Amino acid sequence: MSERIELHEPFSDAAQQHEAGMLGMYVFLGTEMMLFGGVFAVIFVTRALHPAEFVAASQKLHVFIGALNTGVLLTSSFAVALAVAFARAARARLAAGLLVAAAGLGLVFLGLKAFEYTLEIHEGLLPLFSRPANFSGPVEHLFMNLYLVATSLHAIHMTIGVVLLTGLAWRIARGGVPLPGRVALVENSGLYWHFVDVIWVFLYPALYLAR
Amino acid sequence: MENLAGWASEASAHAASVDRLMLAFTLMMVALSVPVFVLMAVFAVKYRRGRTANRAHPVNRNVWLEVSWAIVPFLLTVVFFVWATKLFADLYDPPADAIAIDVVAKQWMWKFQHPGGQREINELHVPAGEPVKLTMASEDVIHSLYIPALRLKQDVVPGRYTSMWFTADRPGTYKLTCAEFCGVDHSVMGGSFIVMTPAAYERWLGQSQVDDTLAAAGAVLFRERGCSGCHGPGATVHAPPLTGLYGRPVPLEGGGVVTADDQYIRDSILLPQSQIAAGYPHIMPTFQNVLSEEEVLQLVAYIKSLRSGSPEGMRQ
Amino acid sequence: MTMDNALERRPNPDDLNDRGLSETQDERVSYLRAGHTLRSWLLTTDHKRIAILYLISVTLFFFIGGAAAALVRADLLTPQADLLTNEGYNRAFTLHGVIMVWFFLIPSIPNTFGNFLIPLMIGARDLAFPRLNLLSWYIYMLGGLFTVFVLIAGGVDTGWTFYTPLSSMFSNGHVVMVAVAVFVVGFSSILTGLNFIVTVHKLRAPGMSWGRLRLFVWAHYATSLILVLATPVLSVTLALVAAERLFGLGIFDPKLGGDPLLFQHLFWFYSHPAVYIMVLPALGVVSELVAASARKPVFGYRFIAGSSIAIAIIGFLVWGHHMFVAGQSMYASAVFSFLSLAVAVPSGIKVYNWTATLYKGHIELDPPFFFAASFIGLFVVGGLTGLVLAMLAVDVHLHDTYFVVAHFHYIMVGGTVSAYFGALHFWWPKMSGRIYPRIWGRLAAIFIFLGFNLTFFPQFILGYLGMPRRYHVYDPSFQVLHVLSSAGASILGVAYLMPFTYLFWSMRYGAPAGPNPWDVRGLEWTVPSPPPKHNFEEIPVVTGPPYDYPLEREGDQGEAGDAAEGNAAEGNAGSRA
Repeated sequence: MSERIELHEPFSDAAQQHEAGMLGMYVFLGTEMMLFGGVFAVIFVTRALHPAEFVAASQKLHVFIGALNTGVLLTSSFAVALAVAFARAARARLAAGLLVAAAGLGLVFLGLKAFEYTLEIHEGLLPLFSRPANFSGPVEHLFMNLYLVATSLHAIHMTIGVVLLTGLAWRIARGGVPLPGRVALVENSGLYWHFVDVIWVFLYPALYLAR
Repeated sequence: MENLAGWASEASAHAASVDRLMLAFTLMMVALSVPVFVLMAVFAVKYRRGRTANRAHPVNRNVWLEVSWAIVPFLLTVVFFVWATKLFADLYDPPADAIAIDVVAKQWMWKFQHPGGQREINELHVPAGEPVKLTMASEDVIHSLYIPALRLKQDVVPGRYTSMWFTADRPGTYKLTCAEFCGVDHSVMGGSFIVMTPAAYERWLGQSQVDDTLAAAGAVLFRERGCSGCHGPGATVHAPPLTGLYGRPVPLEGGGVVTADDQYIRDSILLPQSQIAAGYPHIMPTFQNVLSEEEVLQLVAYIKSLRSGSPEGMRQ
Repeated sequence: MTMDNALERRPNPDDLNDRGLSETQDERVSYLRAGHTLRSWLLTTDHKRIAILYLISVTLFFFIGGAAAALVRADLLTPQADLLTNEGYNRAFTLHGVIMVWFFLIPSIPNTFGNFLIPLMIGARDLAFPRLNLLSWYIYMLGGLFTVFVLIAGGVDTGWTFYTPLSSMFSNGHVVMVAVAVFVVGFSSILTGLNFIVTVHKLRAPGMSWGRLRLFVWAHYATSLILVLATPVLSVTLALVAAERLFGLGIFDPKLGGDPLLFQHLFWFYSHPAVYIMVLPALGVVSELVAASARKPVFGYRFIAGSSIAIAIIGFLVWGHHMFVAGQSMYASAVFSFLSLAVAVPSGIKVYNWTATLYKGHIELDPPFFFAASFIGLFVVGGLTGLVLAMLAVDVHLHDTYFVVAHFHYIMVGGTVSAYFGALHFWWPKMSGRIYPRIWGRLAAIFIFLGFNLTFFPQFILGYLGMPRRYHVYDPSFQVLHVLSSAGASILGVAYLMPFTYLFWSMRYGAPAGPNPWDVRGLEWTVPSPPPKHNFEEIPVVTGPPYDYPLEREGDQGEAGDAAEGNAAEGNAGSRA
């Protein structure tokens, strides 16, 4: 750790402050995991209750857009991982650039997601925007409800992530975040971003690839 | 206070067993807790600060003592666990010859249908000494049929059948209530549970107004709603035969076997795509918003009645 | 009895030698005087000030929830629907439940006493994330604001359990608003739990190993684990209910093939551990109170600390015992029943160990001891009747009756609220710097105990007789027991108000407490009362176990009980650090 790090009130040294910050982030991600855990529990129970209809409904989703989005997110995670590495090496401009790139990929993800929703509206499959009569059966309706809730909850997290990374990149670029002294900030934002990606990596097979 | 008899009397052997279990457990609770209360009071007086007392060699840990007061109460509770679970398991094992009565709960009333077609609201008449099995459905929210004199209750959950069985043996009039909070008039959703001598029950059945037996009412629905178009004799559509279906294993599309019980028949009517019998096309429409729970129960009764006849009886 | 004499005198704020009436030297530099503006309170990051903010707001919600309870009890005086309509009654008990569970019981001890004491007990200057701590209070208040809005707008009638499909499709109250309020307040819980976990891990003073942590801290650590792991499940469950109600996105809708029981599984996956969120901190408080009253090391420190963790873990595995008659499988019920009975083991260990702690102690019959003893009595009754409900065949009879109501009130009110008041009486001199008249504290404890039992014991009988809960109109044969219960409730209500009179009185007229008015051990008693803004001038170095009372003392070596008060204690103060 560099000498430029500023200590906040209850901490007596930099290592303690760094570890506390990291631990706090891990605990927070634990709570996020339980939040999505509830959604996954509902998905799995619904599938167990109606296996055949669940699979049939799943096959109507746009599996290629989902796959593309998975690729986009994994790439963005790679960019964030690089950004953390460069931040540790005090290469501020490079780190900021990579964070912006990752946030950009996040926007691409959200754009593709929006496009996918539009397609589904046209197909009469998206609840809220289509009449219940359009569904082939009640369980398809149920599945699409779940799909909409799960993906929009994830999209909200993505949006927060994009804002977080953009803001951080801006602060780094302006010199507001001394590196590597405050690399914890980059690490923690990175952790959050990876977490949101991982959630998608599980959501994608659970919803799109049910066979 | 005389009305308490309607709540607290023991109208069945099961009720008496539950009371015995409760009494025994209460004794154990007293045995486990009174020493704590007495010792605390004694210590508070004896070892009051400033008071002369022998305080030599106090201990601040004793692993064996602690393990023993962890283990001994636990073993005691395990005994009660086995006892209570045995009693509970019996509730899942209705005799095959039990009288089948259907129950439909809705905000805020109980409807009962006897096998002979007799219907009643907020009153349930049963014969003493004979096992009765209730199959219960809800039209709206979750309710819970609670008959305190039997020490029994069972939630009635929309979207599925739940059941409960009992043999009431003391004729009398008891209370019947809703135990699961179900909205505005929850507290007035109740009535009477009337246990009659078998002879009186027969008389009561005879006096009640009856249009049709349940199964016959179901048969009418079977024709009116178009079920017979596919499942009836002479149908050209390839639909599963229903004669003798009840209680038999059904192989499902995509593997797996289910037993054709009440719940399966209900699901097949309301959510037909969920469990498709192997080898049949997915053409059955849902009757979700077409049939009431009472009508579904009548259809189920009808299909249950199709026990005899050739295995492929309904289809030529 | 310096304190009792102080009651007689009139204030003379100009006379600095007039102890008990003017500001003391300690108070001048305390956290209470570090800024006098409203702003200095509302923007503080001092854990002690935030604890006071919580103390005020949590207590306020306790009385709002209490008012709803009073309405319920008044209505139940007669079997007919006279005071309230059916719907009005449903709204009253729902509001009572929602406010008491999420706005009082869950934050009560952790957010007030945990906030105030954890840093002091582990030798830290503050919690790990002081600003997050303040944010947590604001989020709590925001959630509270939503609840008050619902209260004014007409309430909600689903019960605090929000069972679907009643809540999602049939109820016509402000369900979404309440769900939002609970959702929001959940974030406050999560932030507090996160802060405690990180604080206990990273900010312990040198030498403060895990084996030297106070049992209060252990209990809060276990509570925090539940807070961060269970709360999000409730949040997402309520979000799903809100989505169903607001947008028609049916997830639990049986008409679409959804499963209403799935809601119950998710709800109780949170809400059963939530019961332990409410009671574990109380168990921690009582461990402190018992050790302090006996002035003896706690008997079986490791077992008590371990049992907190065991309760937290098993607590996650017993949710299905709320659903024995809901239609879950018989085998699931049997497993849940067994695990629920198993919770008795760690709970029993605590009770027996507390009793053993009193053996050969030097017990001072102070208010904290009265509250601790009444806690233990009520907790034992509540816990054992919990076992009754864990037995399958008996639960079939007692589920959703007044027996359940009585059982959980013994735990929540008899247990947690007694511990809350016990903590208030034990640490009040530390928080305020002043001593209150002890006789009033004892009286309050006794009245609370008596009023409580009169209120809730008849409900066990009502339940076994078969009276279902949430019944507004009931069979006239139950009236006698209901009248007893309501009579008890009015005693209880008055008893709960008592402490606030003499505690407020003590702030102005009470004698200064000195650092260690009870003559007990613990880092928080080594700093002045009230503590200075930064707690410790120097971070203490811990060299010994907690509760290091001398083991071998002559029973009557002439320490008169009152010598401890004030002066004698100051001598002990430095010995720890």
